[in-house]
Amino acid sequence: MNIKVLGACCKRSMETYENTKLAAKALGLDTTVENIGDPGEIAGYGVMRTPAVVVDGKVISQGRFLRQKDAEALLKKHLGL
Amino acid sequence: MESLRAAWDFFQNQVLGMHWLNTLVGRILTSLGVDTGTRLGGSAQFFVYDTIKILVLLSVLIYGISYIQSFFPPERTKKILGRFHGLTANTLSALLGTVTPFCSCSSIPLFIGFTNAGLPLGVTFSFLISSPLVDLGSLILLMSVFGAKIAVAYVSVGLVLAVAGGTILGRLGLEEYVQKFKTAGSVDIESPDLAREERLQYSLEQVRETVGRVYPYVLVGVGIGALIHNWIPAGWIQTVLGARNPFSVVLATVIGVPMYADIFGTIPVAEALYAKGVGLGTILSFMMAVTALSLPSIVMLGKVVKPKLLGIFVGIVTFGIIVIGYLFNAFGFVLA
Repeated sequence: MNIKVLGACCKRSMETYENTKLAAKALGLDTTVENIGDPGEIAGYGVMRTPAVVVDGKVISQGRFLRQKDAEALLKKHLGL
Repeated sequence: MESLRAAWDFFQNQVLGMHWLNTLVGRILTSLGVDTGTRLGGSAQFFVYDTIKILVLLSVLIYGISYIQSFFPPERTKKILGRFHGLTANTLSALLGTVTPFCSCSSIPLFIGFTNAGLPLGVTFSFLISSPLVDLGSLILLMSVFGAKIAVAYVSVGLVLAVAGGTILGRLGLEEYVQKFKTAGSVDIESPDLAREERLQYSLEQVRETVGRVYPYVLVGVGIGALIHNWIPAGWIQTVLGARNPFSVVLATVIGVPMYADIFGTIPVAEALYAKGVGLGTILSFMMAVTALSLPSIVMLGKVVKPKLLGIFVGIVTFGIIVIGYLFNAFGFVLA
C-alpha cells in the first residue's frame, strides 16, 4: 500500500502529513506515507486544493486539514476496516 | 421608508460596526481608572474595541462563507468554466473566483489544473486576480467600515479588473510562457457532495484555522490603526498620502504590492487613514495591492509561469489598481 499526502507549502499541509503518518501507524497499516511538495506532481492527481491524501493512486481527500482522528476515520472508511 | 432606513443604519452601525462595543469597552476602561479622553486611554479603547470587533466579525463571516464556499470547490468551477467562451468565460471566472475558497499555496496546482483542462490562459488569470482580491468576507467587512455603497463599488471594480486583466492577458498570446509540467493530462476528480454535518464541520475548521493564522495580522493592523488614530497628526499623513500628494495612489500601491497581509488586518489601518483624510482611492488601492499581489504569491506563480508573463501579469494588475485609485479619488464623492 502506498499513501501520499500532497502539499508541503504551509503548516496545514505539514501537520496533515504528520497526522496521517500517526493515523497509519495507529491503524497498524503496512504502508509508506510520503509527503509530496512538487506542484506538477500534485496537479497530476487532479488535485487543486492542498492538503490532499492519495491512497494507492486514488485521491480520498482534498482541501481538508486532517487531525489524527480524522485521518484514521478516513483511512478506515476507504480501506473498509 | 424611514423605518427601513433606520433598520439599515442600525445594522450598519450596531451589528457590523458594533458601536455599542466601543461604548462598552470605554465604560469598562473608565471604571478601571483609565481616562479614555487621553491619547493613551483613547488608543487603549480603540485597540481593545477594534480587535474584538474584527475577530468576532472574522469568525462569523468565515463560518458563513465557508459554508457557502463548500458548494463551490475548484473542481466544480473547472467543469463549469469549460462550457463557456470569451468574455462570458472571463466574467464567470472572476465571479467564481470570489466564492471559491482560495489558499495561496493552492494557486499552483489550481493554475495547472485549469490549464490542463483546456481553460484559456485569460480565464485562469481572471480567476487568480479576483480570488484573493474580492471575497464575500471582505465585502461585508468593508461595509462595516466604509458603508455599503463603497463596499459594492470596491467589489464591482475588483471584478472589472479581474475580467479586464484576464482578458488582456489572454489576448496577448503568451501561452508559451507557461511552464510545461509533465502531468497525466486533465484529471477530473469527482468531489463527493458533502453532507450538511460535514459542511458545518468544515466551516468550523476554516474558522479555527483562519483565525489562528490571521490574528497576528489583525493585532498589528489594529496597532497601526491605533497609532494613526491617536498619535500621528492628520497634517503629516495628508502630506504623504492625502490630496496634497498627487502620487499618493502610486505610492500606496507600490508599497502594498510586495506586502503580505490578510485583508482583515488592513481594514483597521484603512479605517484610521480614512478618518485622517486620506483619499478613498488611495486607501482602496492600498488594500487591493496588499491582497491581490504579494511577494509570496508572486514567487509561487513564478514557478508556473515564466518571468516575462509573470512581469506582465504583475504590471497589468498594478496598473489597474493605480487607475482605480485615481478614479475613486476623483469621483468618490459621488458615493458619499
